[in-house]
Amino acid sequence: MSESLEAFQDRLCGRFGAKLLSAKLAVNQITAQVPPQHLVEICTALRDEPDFRFEQLVDLCGMDYSAYGQADWETEDTTSTGFSRGVASGAVRESRAMPARYAAVYQLLSVTRNRRLRLRCYAADDPPRLPSVVDVWASANWYEREAFDLFGILFEGHPDLRRLLTDYGFIGHPFRKDFPLEGNVEVRYDPDQKRVVYQPVTIKNRVLVPRVIRHDNRYEQSG
Amino acid sequence: MPEIRNMTLNFGPQHPAAHGVLRLVLEMDGEVVERADPHIGLLHRATEKLAESKPYNQSIGYMDRLDYVSMMCNEHAYVLAIERLLGITPPIRAQYIRVMFDEITRILNHLMWLGSHGLDIGAMTVFLYCFREREDLLDCYEAVSGTRMHATYYRPGGVYRDMPDQMARYQTSKWHNAEEVAELNSNRQGSLLDFIQSFTDRFPQCVDEYETLLTDNRIWKQRTVGIGVVSPERALQLGFTGPMLRGSGVEWDLRKKQPYEVYEHMDFDIPVGVNGDCYDRYLVRIEEMRQSNRIIRQCVDWLRNNPGAVVIDDHKLVPPAREEMKGDMEALIHHFKLFTEGYCVPEGEVYAAVEHPKGEFGIYLVSDGANKPYRVKIRAPGFAHLSSMNEMVTGHMLADVVAVIGTQDIVFGEIDR
Repeated sequence: MSESLEAFQDRLCGRFGAKLLSAKLAVNQITAQVPPQHLVEICTALRDEPDFRFEQLVDLCGMDYSAYGQADWETEDTTSTGFSRGVASGAVRESRAMPARYAAVYQLLSVTRNRRLRLRCYAADDPPRLPSVVDVWASANWYEREAFDLFGILFEGHPDLRRLLTDYGFIGHPFRKDFPLEGNVEVRYDPDQKRVVYQPVTIKNRVLVPRVIRHDNRYEQSG
Repeated sequence: MPEIRNMTLNFGPQHPAAHGVLRLVLEMDGEVVERADPHIGLLHRATEKLAESKPYNQSIGYMDRLDYVSMMCNEHAYVLAIERLLGITPPIRAQYIRVMFDEITRILNHLMWLGSHGLDIGAMTVFLYCFREREDLLDCYEAVSGTRMHATYYRPGGVYRDMPDQMARYQTSKWHNAEEVAELNSNRQGSLLDFIQSFTDRFPQCVDEYETLLTDNRIWKQRTVGIGVVSPERALQLGFTGPMLRGSGVEWDLRKKQPYEVYEHMDFDIPVGVNGDCYDRYLVRIEEMRQSNRIIRQCVDWLRNNPGAVVIDDHKLVPPAREEMKGDMEALIHHFKLFTEGYCVPEGEVYAAVEHPKGEFGIYLVSDGANKPYRVKIRAPGFAHLSSMNEMVTGHMLADVVAVIGTQDIVFGEIDR
């Protein structure tokens, strides 16, 4: 890694220009935001061009930003009623608008140039749709199936977009923020019917530690 | 003339050679595999979603349970991600301890892999040999953390505690008399570091023993040479990392190329394969065990001469000592806040990867400034390896499927997460 991150960032912006929505440097890593219509084109260029040579798609990850910046407890002001442990999820909301609810995050690695790059692509539609990058990196196959399974993001052009991790016949997309942690159905063996049956969950989620967001002066300049 | 159809064969999910709960739907043409469709997720526990509902430190234990044969390396990636977002660096002694235990973990993992891979394709003896050495290494785990597998030893800011000055000893029981116990305790008279040093002294000969059993073994070579060949270009395309990538001849090791902790001060070599078949990957992993042994030895030497703190002195992140907490009001408040609420991590995102025994194990951590992660994505090396199963076994015989599963070093804890 002889070239500095800033120089690489400039080179990236210089090459793709307006096709990149942004390219930010944070925590020694570069995150570029890519519009869906240019995703495959940019990915192919990043893989093939000798200046980039990102041969590997290390990871592809679905994201659901719908609860971003939400806390269970108000932490700025004191309260006259005290705090309840039985919190309603997402009671306090700060406005941190994201371009869209769903996104896919791509972690790229160049083995020849020893460099990493992160791409983020927001999916605006409902259901969320993104172009598939299977033809660019073969490893995207299962990663996209996983993101489809867990978040319901549809990857257009994927050869075999089936569920991957959840049960056969599963309903819903479990990693969406509105999917309950304890799930919707549970299985048990029914001795009368002599088979395993599905039934609504009988357990309740108990929040032991509420989610709080505290503004810390030590981190203000970095964030 | 009878109609000839391909046969569909269900391999697993309850098959001893499936390394856990893999259901592999194989389309067979006679004894040759035409297509393989792995069905995974039978061990899916939604670790990533669980992590979103807990303060940061409470998920460290979940990381052990991902790849449950290389526990501390999983913790390492998670802890590293938190540390990078917080902008903290653990004390140098903690970094050496981490590197040492990463390498102990690597040997643990490779021994487990070698034993089970051997067992899968017909070499029973090597399994017993491997587990003999694993026992000592698990004792090292126990000595530092109190548990033999799920250690929860690495913490953001360092490690849980320093290594003990006294290695635990066996006691006489109705199964072991005093003479046997004295023999068992012969290398446990000193500290943990002495015990680890005595292990590193004899481990190279143990590796020689495994090699005597396998490397020139005719049956072993018949089962592995030329099986599951992957070209370097394909290996990169398929997202291979670790020994799977190095077996194909790509010299890539995060410990060398993107060093973390104190790996840049370590003297070791990266073995690479030539042909990219199961046999080359076997040789790569055997050599990695020898190199890990070298690294452990260097860490032991350094740790002996450099006592010091093993965790940062910041009670906003690390709980104060219990003794201190009993007498000091401020320490009590810090303790209370850390265990009821945890600490908030500044808003941002980071991807931290370590060279895990199986490949690149990465944690993509997104924080919105809360005391719980907004999203944790675990990049498990085995996931990418298993996704290439179809490509690797097509055209091979059914028995070779077992060899390929073995060479991929599949563990379902990390694939299903």
